[in-house]
Amino acid sequence: MSTVMAGRQQIISLIGNGVTKGVFKMIKKLGFFLLMKGIRMATLLVAICFISFLLIKNSPIDPIQAYIGADMLNVGPEQRAKIAAYWGLDQPVGVQFLNWGSAILSGDLGTSMIYRRPVADIIGERFVNSLALMLTAWALSGIIGFILGVVAAMKKGTWIDRIIKGYCYTLASTPTFWMGLLVLIVFAVWLKWFPVGMGVPAGVLAEDVTLLDRIKHLILPAITLSILGVANVALHTRQKMIDVLQSEYVLFARARGERGFVLFWRHGLRNVALPAITLQFAAFSELFGGAVLAEQVFSYPGLGQATVEAGVRGDVPLLLGIVIFSTLFVFIGNLIADLIYKVLDPRMRGGEHYAFYSRRKK
Amino acid sequence: MLSTPEEKNKQPLLNQRRRMLLTIVIALLFLLSVVLGGLFLDEGRIATNLNERNVPPSFDHLFGTDWLGRDMFTRTIMGLSLSIGVGLLGATGSALIALVLGMTAASMGRVADRVISWIIDLFLSVPHLVTLILIAFTLGGGFKGIVIGLMLTHWPSLARVVRAEVLQVRSAEYVQMSKQMGKPRWWIALHHILPHISPQILIGFMLLFPHVILHEAAVTFLGLGLSPHEPAIGIILSESMKYLSSGMWWLAFFPGLCLLIVVRTFDQIGEYLRTLIDPTRAHE
Repeated sequence: MSTVMAGRQQIISLIGNGVTKGVFKMIKKLGFFLLMKGIRMATLLVAICFISFLLIKNSPIDPIQAYIGADMLNVGPEQRAKIAAYWGLDQPVGVQFLNWGSAILSGDLGTSMIYRRPVADIIGERFVNSLALMLTAWALSGIIGFILGVVAAMKKGTWIDRIIKGYCYTLASTPTFWMGLLVLIVFAVWLKWFPVGMGVPAGVLAEDVTLLDRIKHLILPAITLSILGVANVALHTRQKMIDVLQSEYVLFARARGERGFVLFWRHGLRNVALPAITLQFAAFSELFGGAVLAEQVFSYPGLGQATVEAGVRGDVPLLLGIVIFSTLFVFIGNLIADLIYKVLDPRMRGGEHYAFYSRRKK
Repeated sequence: MLSTPEEKNKQPLLNQRRRMLLTIVIALLFLLSVVLGGLFLDEGRIATNLNERNVPPSFDHLFGTDWLGRDMFTRTIMGLSLSIGVGLLGATGSALIALVLGMTAASMGRVADRVISWIIDLFLSVPHLVTLILIAFTLGGGFKGIVIGLMLTHWPSLARVVRAEVLQVRSAEYVQMSKQMGKPRWWIALHHILPHISPQILIGFMLLFPHVILHEAAVTFLGLGLSPHEPAIGIILSESMKYLSSGMWWLAFFPGLCLLIVVRTFDQIGEYLRTLIDPTRAHE
């Protein structure tokens, strides 16, 4: 009780100090936070580059062999040595890494061996496709998961809660690609509502592909990812909502006669939405993994499929590029999650002043 | 939620604790039978039999047969037993890494803590599947690549749990006392801390299992894991993709469903163990 009192006094004193000072302090803090995050990210990224470089360097695939491919018989040892010298393969590993690293810093990710085009172009092009897929699935699973979680918590202990919980736990152990196959069997093979695969219809020129075609090919993988993505958010939201419903302000609201949707709208929504949104942003890593599998099942031409192709066919520059890119992707998701907490949640704004609020439920 | 009077008066035959124990035993027996089944099932049933190609599920072939006349039920059970084996290796390796790193982080001073938390961040900052593909690619795919990949990618979350747990135990009075009495660090770690966190490790291990199995199946499905000659679930499902459009749904449906059941069983065992062992969750 005494901590609550102290906290209240601090809040009052903070308001008394003037809002402008608080905002200024907040921006300063935010800048410092971003700087620290940036430094951490830079060290991580360098380490990841170095480790992946070493890993690939020690892989059984000989880059010259992979480059020559079927022309093996026509290429003599002298020519091999020439290629090695041209690529700098005869230099020590450290020098090679520095060469590669400086090329990457200047934006040159190398040339893909499968597509014979710059890696940056391929990643950019594929990522646009993947982004459409991931964004749809991300938004859908977030909204549906949130609703399911709230409903389960409001009806805690009833059969609705039990069904939602069982559904979520089962989904958490469902293989993504199997769900994709099931969706494919039901909607594409049996019902024939959707095409079986590919990002665009076969046998149609790239210019003739309409937006509708693209959307049609997007729906099934997006459904697959949404069905599975729901579980995490729903369970998390359910737990948070149960916490909120047990709080004293909800007890008071109930005593005033509020119930059902009004209760949720006034006291639940804002308290529960923030953790859910944060969780969704922090789940970019799983989203990417799911997209890799879904794209493989539906042969959707996104970044995930490129990852698999690069791995299976030994396209080193593309694989390295994707590793770096996906790291950035995950990092941005985590950063947004942190920022949302810092900027949107008033309890995090004042730093220490409000700290006891956020520590309470952990 | 309050229980109604009728529920209070009723004395169930099995209380919740006994029911959980019973479920765990049954689940373990089920998993054991799957493994044994995979080891001892007749190899002849997955031999090519061109007289019985593409048969839908029947009593003779519970899960139907594929385009080479191989019995899908036998293939599935063998695949599951392989999956459990790979999962066992992967989860054991991950749990060991988590144990060592978690304990080091918590008991070897600030620098070690910083370094290990940085390593954890490192592994969490690349999507799991991409890391797995990278490692599998580097090691040239196959059994070794997939197992090492699984070991190296699943430990970070458990390591964090171990670290937090060790920090808690370390501040306990009997550990402080032991330190005052001049016991060396490793002695305290071995005699006071390890016994305390072993339940957490066991639970963490069980909860890692499902992830490891699913990731193994996923990477194999993508073509970077186990070799196509093994009867792995991932292989079965990726092969089935070619035949789905001709309506052979049983090729994908049953193997995937069995994988789901096995994974769910492991998950349930882990959850129940946690509820039984972890005192803070005893009320659930």
